[in-house]
Amino acid sequence: MDMPTPDATVMAKKDQVVRRLMSVLPKGAVIHDPAETRAYECDALTAYRCPPLAAVLPGSTQEVSQVLRICHEEGVPVVPRGSGTSLAGGALPTADSVILGVSRLTGVLETDYENRFIRVQSGRTNLSVTGAVEEDGFFYAPDPSSQLACAIAGNIAMNSGGAHCLKYGVTTNNLMGVTLVLMDGTVVEIGGAHLDAGGLDYLGLICGSEGQLGVVTEATLRILPKPEGARPVLIGFDSNEVAGACVSDIIRAGVLPVAIEFMDRPCIRATEAFAKAGYPDCEALLIVEVEGSPAEIDEQLGLISQIARRHNPVELRESGSDEESARIWLGRKSAFGAMGQINDYMCLDGTIPVSSLPHVLKRIEEMSRDYGLDVANVFHAGDGNMHPLILFDANKPGDLERCEALGADILKLCVEVGGCLTGEHGVGIEKRDLMAVQFDPVDIEAQLRVKDVFDPAWLLNPAKVFPLAMTAARRAA
Amino acid sequence: MMRPETEAELADMVKAAAGPLRIVGGGTRPIGAPVAGAGLSVAGLSGVELYEPGALTLVARAGTPLAEIEAVLAAEGQRLAFEPMDHRRLLGTEGVPTIGGVVAGNVSGPRRIQAGACRDALIGVRFVDGRGDVIKNGGRVMKNVTGYDLVKLMAGSWGTLGVLSQVGFKVLPRPAAVAVIVLHGLDDETAVRALSAALASPYEVSGAAHASDGPGGGAQTLIRIEGFVESVAYRAGRLQALLAGFGQSTVEGDPERAAALWRWVRDVEGFAGQPGDVWRISLKPSDGPRVVAALEAEGVVYDWGGGLIWARVAAGRDIRPALAGIAGHATLIRASAETRTKVAVFAPEPAPLAAIARGLRAQFDPRGILNPGLMG
Repeated sequence: MDMPTPDATVMAKKDQVVRRLMSVLPKGAVIHDPAETRAYECDALTAYRCPPLAAVLPGSTQEVSQVLRICHEEGVPVVPRGSGTSLAGGALPTADSVILGVSRLTGVLETDYENRFIRVQSGRTNLSVTGAVEEDGFFYAPDPSSQLACAIAGNIAMNSGGAHCLKYGVTTNNLMGVTLVLMDGTVVEIGGAHLDAGGLDYLGLICGSEGQLGVVTEATLRILPKPEGARPVLIGFDSNEVAGACVSDIIRAGVLPVAIEFMDRPCIRATEAFAKAGYPDCEALLIVEVEGSPAEIDEQLGLISQIARRHNPVELRESGSDEESARIWLGRKSAFGAMGQINDYMCLDGTIPVSSLPHVLKRIEEMSRDYGLDVANVFHAGDGNMHPLILFDANKPGDLERCEALGADILKLCVEVGGCLTGEHGVGIEKRDLMAVQFDPVDIEAQLRVKDVFDPAWLLNPAKVFPLAMTAARRAA
Repeated sequence: MMRPETEAELADMVKAAAGPLRIVGGGTRPIGAPVAGAGLSVAGLSGVELYEPGALTLVARAGTPLAEIEAVLAAEGQRLAFEPMDHRRLLGTEGVPTIGGVVAGNVSGPRRIQAGACRDALIGVRFVDGRGDVIKNGGRVMKNVTGYDLVKLMAGSWGTLGVLSQVGFKVLPRPAAVAVIVLHGLDDETAVRALSAALASPYEVSGAAHASDGPGGGAQTLIRIEGFVESVAYRAGRLQALLAGFGQSTVEGDPERAAALWRWVRDVEGFAGQPGDVWRISLKPSDGPRVVAALEAEGVVYDWGGGLIWARVAAGRDIRPALAGIAGHATLIRASAETRTKVAVFAPEPAPLAAIARGLRAQFDPRGILNPGLMG
């Protein structure tokens, strides 16, 4: 993975930069000893590592502003970091960069049930946002799998999704406002407790911009009343085609499940060996969850089961209790852990039109054979967001490279059938060089021009999202 | 009026433009500061290009009549969930609303509180920027974080950053049943509290509006629920019980009459043909009654649980002083061309945001030819 050569001028003035940062931050908030900066050398894409020049942990919007102003004046690149759970290398440092971590910004600033929002500092974890309101019957809807650890700042940077977005949308649909610090230290308020922009939709632009336009220090999030209850049905099929057709029929019937999860045979077998959830040994498995009162759930599950039966399922198990629901979800929730037991794996994140599902799964199977690497599929079928897991052995020379090449081919396939490279993880460094597969140069240029407006010196997370060759002139200027 | 029939023709016309362009779809929403420029209509770019009911996605050319899209969706039991407003009666315009116009204005209706705005349903765009380049962003899948989200930026940019040529949406199933709970005789403050209570319940409210001079005369507070037949009946009962403390309520379960009630709210029918300017105020719901008290309005309709206020006031006045100290914004939707030249139509922005807006316009439209000045 190419990264830009560190700027020698910046490397040479490390002491000066560190001194200036220490002058505006409390003791302990500037980390510059090489033994300690190593803790920030990577995120959850651990194959790539590079300790930063320094890391800072500001405790307020004001401190973030001062840090950015200093780095701006000194010409030092800044890599914002939430909890470091990015699977795309979104928080990977360069040797000449300062990591700006939001881990000290964890407070709840305002909770307003009457107007249904919560305002938090951006380092707060996703799950603890819900934690702050659930006793009062509310929740924050986006639920990425890493929700126990991942920060709202990272969720906003990557526009994170989760299992329940078919009904509730992703981060951008649940984000009402941010406090944003621009690279020159300017603090701007965008949106708030009201709905929709008064002018251009800056909020929509910020969300998913991978920390390249500004640093979000506070966020106003929409909270929703918890449904009365939720229960899934598990449906097993002998073929991926039939499972795909069933998903389409459920959606066409007018039911809007909160989640439709899909697992293929390699994934079912691996999770069964690991979690023993009692899944049938079949080609494809669906978990469809609906919400409401007990009677409403019965009605919807009845309708879904009726549709499923038309497709001759090998197994159909409606949950009738919390215990049965937990069993149905057990395997799905341990899928990634199960894969980790078997091998190293790389988790992809392409989205495809739901209608292409059978074709794409068949092609992945063929590619998997050609590359000699196993692929297990587990994904959000309702919205076409796939998570193929490629299994490889990191200790075997050449395996990682082969795995990356297979991953790239699978993502190209996603684009070819009308989908995209990433549904919820972000581009980061991982898919940076594939952007030209999805976009024409003019499409990318339009995005670069947006960054020119927010960060004219190209100092914020500069080596991410776009192919390096396309940004070289701007980064050098 | 220039009227391209293809995206390529549209790009050529923008590229060849010697001066400002006034971009229109169906011409039913003359909102914003008046634009002097050569007319450019996208109505010739028409037709649904892709519709997959099983994937809940639809892609259409920007000039496609909204009614055509709604009919195509209805045939499969689906709809645009954000319930776009029809501005014709309020603004006294004629013509055929287009889907591109809906997107350019981020036009959303009462269901915005539950299903999101137009910008939330929008999953892809193609547009021609001020250089005449055809640019695409997003696509035809509903989960997509590949690169910056210019889709959201285009929604509500009123043709000032690019001329839309194609738009893609996530659509949703049309429910089998609807019920409207109507509370009678509440004052504004009590009504907003009732709406808040309904929206804080787990009963999936899809509309929450109030008017002291409602569609049936007198103060009416309207709460809508939609879904399967038995579920709607159940939730209507639970909501009536929950709201009993706010006063007597009735339930409207007839689909046609329910639709008429929400059309009244969505299109602000009560202001049609009435004198005065019309403002649209977006704020925190609980701030609403206080702002309304300061407005000296001749008519007020609350939508979005109180978070959206439609106000009819004496012509030629800037109401923004009444919002002093309140987070939110006000947009002047209906006024004479003279007033729309004199009073800022879109809320003035703080300096750093105004600088970003100028920067974005300079990048997307370096010659300043796309609806120049429309948004200020």
